[in-house]
Amino acid sequence: MSQSELLVPARSTQPWWRSRTVRRFARHRLAMFGLAMIIVLVLACVIGPFLLPFDDLYIDLRGRFSPPFTGYHFFGTDPLGRDIAARLLMAGRISLLVGFAAMLLSIVFGTVLGIVAGFFGGRIGTVLMRFVDAMLSFPNIFLLLAMAAFIKPSPTMITLIIAATSWMEIARIVEAEVRSLRERDFVVAARMLGLSNSHIMFRELLPNAIGPIIVAATLTVARAILLEAYVSFLGYGIQPPLPSWGNMLNGAQQYLDSAPWLAIVPGAAITLAVTSFNFVGDGLRDALDARSDLL
Amino acid sequence: MLRYLLGRFWQSLVLLLLVSVIGFAVLNLAPGGPLSQFTLTPGMTQADLDRIATQMGLNRPLPVQYLDWLGHLLRGDWGRSFRDGRPVLDIIWGHLLATLLLMGVSTAIAIFVGTCVGVLGALKRYSIFDYAATVGAMVALSIPTFWFGLIAIYIFSLRLRWLPAGNMYTIGDGSLGDYAIHLIMPSIVLALVNIAVWSRYMRTATLDVINQDFVRTARAKGLRPRRVLIRHILGNALLPMITLLGLQLPTILGGALVTETVFTWPGMGRLFLDSLGYSDYPVVMGLLMMSAVLVLVGNLAADLAVAFVDPRIRLS
Repeated sequence: MSQSELLVPARSTQPWWRSRTVRRFARHRLAMFGLAMIIVLVLACVIGPFLLPFDDLYIDLRGRFSPPFTGYHFFGTDPLGRDIAARLLMAGRISLLVGFAAMLLSIVFGTVLGIVAGFFGGRIGTVLMRFVDAMLSFPNIFLLLAMAAFIKPSPTMITLIIAATSWMEIARIVEAEVRSLRERDFVVAARMLGLSNSHIMFRELLPNAIGPIIVAATLTVARAILLEAYVSFLGYGIQPPLPSWGNMLNGAQQYLDSAPWLAIVPGAAITLAVTSFNFVGDGLRDALDARSDLL
Repeated sequence: MLRYLLGRFWQSLVLLLLVSVIGFAVLNLAPGGPLSQFTLTPGMTQADLDRIATQMGLNRPLPVQYLDWLGHLLRGDWGRSFRDGRPVLDIIWGHLLATLLLMGVSTAIAIFVGTCVGVLGALKRYSIFDYAATVGAMVALSIPTFWFGLIAIYIFSLRLRWLPAGNMYTIGDGSLGDYAIHLIMPSIVLALVNIAVWSRYMRTATLDVINQDFVRTARAKGLRPRRVLIRHILGNALLPMITLLGLQLPTILGGALVTETVFTWPGMGRLFLDSLGYSDYPVVMGLLMMSAVLVLVGNLAADLAVAFVDPRIRLS
């Protein structure tokens, strides 16, 4: 038996889907609504384009600016006569993908940095956290646009720079969590057993800090989708003809009077997606907070 | 108190230095570096590029370039615009006031509405109002600012024709009332997110205070409920909000950028986007640094304000 196995806590016998956390989450009505909406959105974006009679890139100059419910154009057409419903779903693929990927990157980076800063503390911790503070001093959008203007925008690059400007809050959360766990008995015991620093950081501390990380991850998807929408709306994000929820709104302002659906439809999709992720994040926060059991 | 102030001031200076390093890195680590825009000029040869690099001191080691850049920054020389050759700092000053006006009015709205909603939610906890405010705040946090702005323009400018769709004043008018009318929509649009954040925190802060002994004592000694609410509850619940205001500054400033774009408001955000469009990097860099400086100064001011208002910090 290896030393570390001595430290494995008694496992609970009930399956995870019947745990208290899951039951608390299932009782959270807004979170369940959010989860359902996310599933619907993802399914619609994955399957939807195959079911619609229109291609998202098909240009029909005679059918420009058709209002919603013209024929089979449920959301109308855009200034080039492309079907907005088809573009919305293809855009959803990109926007959701960018949101998820940016979240994964910033979670990994923010968590590693937070664990290292919280575990070592002292000078290393101070330097790392001051760097986080400095990054947070820049308004997100300023930094994002400045970076986006210097590079050639592609979905990959946009994902990278969104991640580069949204890992800081996660680092802060993880650092605070690890700092409070550092002196607990199980960490002291692991040290006494002579386990390596990396083992303590990633096998002992990380699993115990996972709750706040999961919550932060959900909220980061919401934020990343919003950020992508902002840069793309301002013209520095995903570039046409590739559709994204943000860049569909890019030219919408000049047609606001004559074709308001150009602005209303993609914005509603963004709001729906972001609200759903925020609801789920809120539900997870309540469900993972063990104290709420006592109330 | 003095030690606290000095310590806080020192921290801000260190942060400012780090901020300048990050700003410099963003400018220089980009592919192509600061020279990239010259390569687009027709007829530009490698020899020309080398000469420009020498002129601009770009062939020196990066740390030397950084110190040189920082030195100029500290002496108020933020470079000149590629567009019209005017000093960057002059251009930014010209737009700063419009942004501060928008942010100030919008923040005042957010504080007032957010405080009312938050306190009411805490006093009538778990009521329909409280529940609606919670859900409303979450939705408000999720609406893209620019989309909310577009919808507001569509309804109040294009359909109802109540409010102007953009700009800061009507050309040829420029009276105080005219400014006010132009301020209404952008400041409310910008305030939405902050109303949501503010009301959430205010609710929590009020709940924290409401169950404390001094509130019970105040009620027990027969003070009128309104006096207890204003002096004892609000007075204490608003204290942590000053810090929150400082922490929210980056969000407000970022939101101002987007709001200004939608409402063609002649502030820093508009300037930033215009400069991006012209690849006017000195102005872009200047605005990036200026926004961070504003945030740091705002945070410092918030902490100092708390220290002056809160005797627990003032006396320690």
